[in-house]
Amino acid sequence: MNFSPQVEIQIIAAVVAVACALPGVFLVLRRMALMSDAISHSILLGIVLAFFVVEDLASPFLIIAAAITGVITVALVELLHGTGLVREDAAIGIVFPALFSGGVILISRYAGSVHLDTDAVLLGELAFAPFERLSVFGYALPKSLWVMGGILLVNLVFIMLFYKELKLATFDAGLAAALGFSPVLVHYGLMTLVSVTAVGAFDAVGSILVVALMIAPPATAYLLTDRLSYLLGLSALNGVASAITGYWLARWLDASIAGAMATMSGVFFLLAFLLAPTRGIIAIARRRVRQRWQFAQTMLTIHLLNHEGSPEAQQERRIEHLDEHLRWAPSFAERVVRYAERQGAIQSDAGDLTLTEHGRQIARDGLSMSEASPDQRSEFAVS
Amino acid sequence: MELLHNLFFDYTLRTVAQGSATLGIVSGALGTYAVLRKQSLLGDAISHAAWPGIALAFLLTGSKAPLVLVLGAAAAGWIGTLFVMGIVNTTRLKDDSALGLVLSVFFGFGLVLLTAFIQKMPNANQAGLDKFLFGQAAALVERDVKTMGSLGIIALLIMMVFWKDFKLLSFDPDFGASLGFRMRWLDVLLTTLIVIAIVLGLQTVGVVLMSAMVVAPAAAARQWTDRLGVMVLLSALFGAVAGVSGALISSSTARIPTGPTIVLCISAIVLISMTLAPNRGLIWNWIRHQRNRRQLRVEMVLDDLYALTLQHEDLEHRHSVRVLNAMSAGRGGAKRSLEELEARSWAHRVGTEWALTPKGLAEAKRLAEMRGN
Repeated sequence: MNFSPQVEIQIIAAVVAVACALPGVFLVLRRMALMSDAISHSILLGIVLAFFVVEDLASPFLIIAAAITGVITVALVELLHGTGLVREDAAIGIVFPALFSGGVILISRYAGSVHLDTDAVLLGELAFAPFERLSVFGYALPKSLWVMGGILLVNLVFIMLFYKELKLATFDAGLAAALGFSPVLVHYGLMTLVSVTAVGAFDAVGSILVVALMIAPPATAYLLTDRLSYLLGLSALNGVASAITGYWLARWLDASIAGAMATMSGVFFLLAFLLAPTRGIIAIARRRVRQRWQFAQTMLTIHLLNHEGSPEAQQERRIEHLDEHLRWAPSFAERVVRYAERQGAIQSDAGDLTLTEHGRQIARDGLSMSEASPDQRSEFAVS
Repeated sequence: MELLHNLFFDYTLRTVAQGSATLGIVSGALGTYAVLRKQSLLGDAISHAAWPGIALAFLLTGSKAPLVLVLGAAAAGWIGTLFVMGIVNTTRLKDDSALGLVLSVFFGFGLVLLTAFIQKMPNANQAGLDKFLFGQAAALVERDVKTMGSLGIIALLIMMVFWKDFKLLSFDPDFGASLGFRMRWLDVLLTTLIVIAIVLGLQTVGVVLMSAMVVAPAAAARQWTDRLGVMVLLSALFGAVAGVSGALISSSTARIPTGPTIVLCISAIVLISMTLAPNRGLIWNWIRHQRNRRQLRVEMVLDDLYALTLQHEDLEHRHSVRVLNAMSAGRGGAKRSLEELEARSWAHRVGTEWALTPKGLAEAKRLAEMRGN
């Protein structure tokens, strides 16, 4: 099992991305995306403190201590918020900079000689990952691949085991509590997961880019689907895509891999933001335009239906007349008529408009819809 | 004393302290609005988003003049804010996701710019851009402080000119809109000012920790007052105090970076404010809670005595303390409350037995009527 370092880096990047995206889905859904920001910063303090105790950067104790710090961060935020003196966002904004500052000060004061500098924590460096190897069951793979693979497995198992609980607590915390699932337990379970993932990943991609990998792929997927299971799958896929394209972008520009991965995750979000089938900007704009014409067509058919067979019908169904009764500019009226003609709702004979059967149906549907609320009806009954 | 002496006569320390104080005042004052408008973490997003702006400004102009970098940072911070607003307004993503997305992606992009282009420049002139990450207060020179000071004063002046408009925007934007104020425009203006405040601090505190300087002074000030004017002043004061003391502490101890020290100072101020502030503070609250509980217990015992008196139809009939204790069982006994009643001369005691005084009877009646029976 020996891949070239290139391939290994891409595999590690993909594993990190998936491991981050899975708990990230729940963070985004539960409106706690910024907890990842808070946790990924404050774990620095845990790592530093644990390092002072065990004096070994490779010790697994560091990961445990960091994960505990992550959970403590969440608890502190809730404690502060629970006093009722500050809002939750302000509580986050106070707690994590304080803990992070503590970590930075400790590093620069006491750990100046060891390899533990703040830039590495913040920015990470994936390119060096293949150099540090670990042999388990006879397979000598990069250490970070073992670590992140393990964390990915834990995340997967946790989400599969507690899928139902997570789903319920995320979408209806009240019902979850009433049914006897403790939302608090689910919350802290999830936060532990986020902490462990952040600790494992920050080594590879740095703390701020952990945030990118946790939030951007789920946010992108959230614009594409309404099902939790698809959301998880799409987020993971999107994470992998960001990782691989990011790697090649970084190679092309000879830039930081982590930064390029974050950039690509942003690019994917931008694409979904613009192009998503129902929720993208373009789709929304097109829907608005279509609705505008449909509404105008309904107005026109109702107007014609109102006057069908009445003495003034001859005059009312002239296209020039729409200006007066529907307050449509002549050019707009002409376009509506053309649209309605194309839809087969009316027939125009040199400016003389008659309803087709289909057009009458549109008018009746429009009227029965307005039946529901009298206010709207009076609006329809202009003329 | 020596510290104080240095503060005035040591050039480096004086510059650093001036810079930190300026940053504290401006971000403290403008942060008030961010906190009141529930945009505490916007600062986090803006400061991270500013990073690629600094890198781009340097790449495009090749200059490291503070004004150029500040403008680049402000432009990028602005675009980041626009993205956040756009995402929140058009998708179903909430502001937390939008903020996290923008801050991390912009930051990553900045990192790409730094590693792909700037670090490869032949002249070593790029050194100093990464100081924006954590800030490097010690590298502040008078020119930086002058830039910070003049931009800060402009921002604060604009804040004062639009004082009542911003007040309206923060507390009741719908009402403001109905009065004919252009709320959207004011929102943009206020956000711009906050962007300026954040960008000013980047050089001192750095992108990672700058958000604390926006949130913390205002959160501390909020505990002491309910008035906007006082809150802005206090917040600026707290920011300045944290800035100066952070600069002093880090200058007097070896290898302690200024930015994180300033953040720890302001965090301490928040903690103190939350604990000690009158009316809202935790200690104050606890005392009030205890007092209310005492009062409630006293009234309950008074009520018990009143009920007994009514049953016996005799004001002078005395009731054993054991009866009263039994009646208020589960509420911690009646002894202390009875003593309190005696102190208020609402009840008097004979041995271990108690009876209402006429004054106590009147009070008990009044309370019973207040409860509506």
